[in-house]
Amino acid sequence: MASHPRPVSPHLEIYRPQLTSVTSILHRITGGFLSVGILPLVYWLIAAASGPDAFNQAQALAGSIVGRIFLFLWTGAFFYHLLNGIRHLAWDAGWGYELPAVYRTGWTVLIGTVVLTILAWVLGYWARGNV
Amino acid sequence: MANARRSLRSELGRVRGLGSAKEGVQHWWMQRITAIALVPLSLWFVAGIVFVIDVDRATAIQWLGSPLTLGLMSLFLIALIYHAVLGLQVVIEDYIHSHATKLVLLLLIQFAGFGLAAAGIIAMLLITIYGG
Ligand code: HEM
Repeated sequence: MASHPRPVSPHLEIYRPQLTSVTSILHRITGGFLSVGILPLVYWLIAAASGPDAFNQAQALAGSIVGRIFLFLWTGAFFYHLLNGIRHLAWDAGWGYELPAVYRTGWTVLIGTVVLTILAWVLGYWARGNV
Repeated sequence: MANARRSLRSELGRVRGLGSAKEGVQHWWMQRITAIALVPLSLWFVAGIVFVIDVDRATAIQWLGSPLTLGLMSLFLIALIYHAVLGLQVVIEDYIHSHATKLVLLLLIQFAGFGLAAAGIIAMLLITIYGG
């Protein structure tokens, strides 16, 4: 037996969260949550194809409090996953591996998510004359 | 191995696909290709949805029923669902260790993906042709 403890992979319960690990797991969580959104999207399209009653029902659901909260979270998850996805693609192209770049792009993704999510919702309400 | 000699299956055929490297590169590439396609397509989709969710039916149908929307929405649905199925597959493979459960879940997301893509595109065609 070796007298030194072997290196082990991070045990998440005792691992201090860092920007790198948090942005990584957020990509997975947002990817899963975005995938769930495919169900209401297809339901909405089917409702639109099915006639006024079905469509009005779908629109009412989307406009309800629960609907709005879901759409808000989905928009936030979307902008996060989009921005961090571009970060992933840049890594795949071999760019951005230096630690300062990893932290700079990580913060850019987080701040960009907040800014774009708020912007999208302000634009949406403004387009309906509600702002 | 006595039985193997009585079988039509070759020794190579028995072991092929049992190692860790299956079709990983193809999977990895398609995840990236669909991701790249989704950058413009999903931005177009979100911009569109921001303006038609929660509006009156005539406005929404007018947007949904245009041939341009039909084309872009179909491409978006295909790239989106392909990307989501590939992504969820990795998540399932990472967290589900029982072979039976894993197989069932993988089949489920594949079938759900095909079904949802077909349903979404057919709905778009119906809206374009009949105006909803
Ligand atoms: C809007 C709908 C989208 C959905 C439903 C979605 C879903 C997913 C899912 C479920 C995963 C797997 C996560 C994991 O393995 O941890 C994933 C991974 C990924 N997504 Fe998306 N995604 C979407 C949009 C995008 C966009 C627009 C991009 C473009 C930049 C993108 C880039 C990526 C990349 C690069 C990965 C692989 C990450 C890795 O290897 O760890 N995704 N996506």
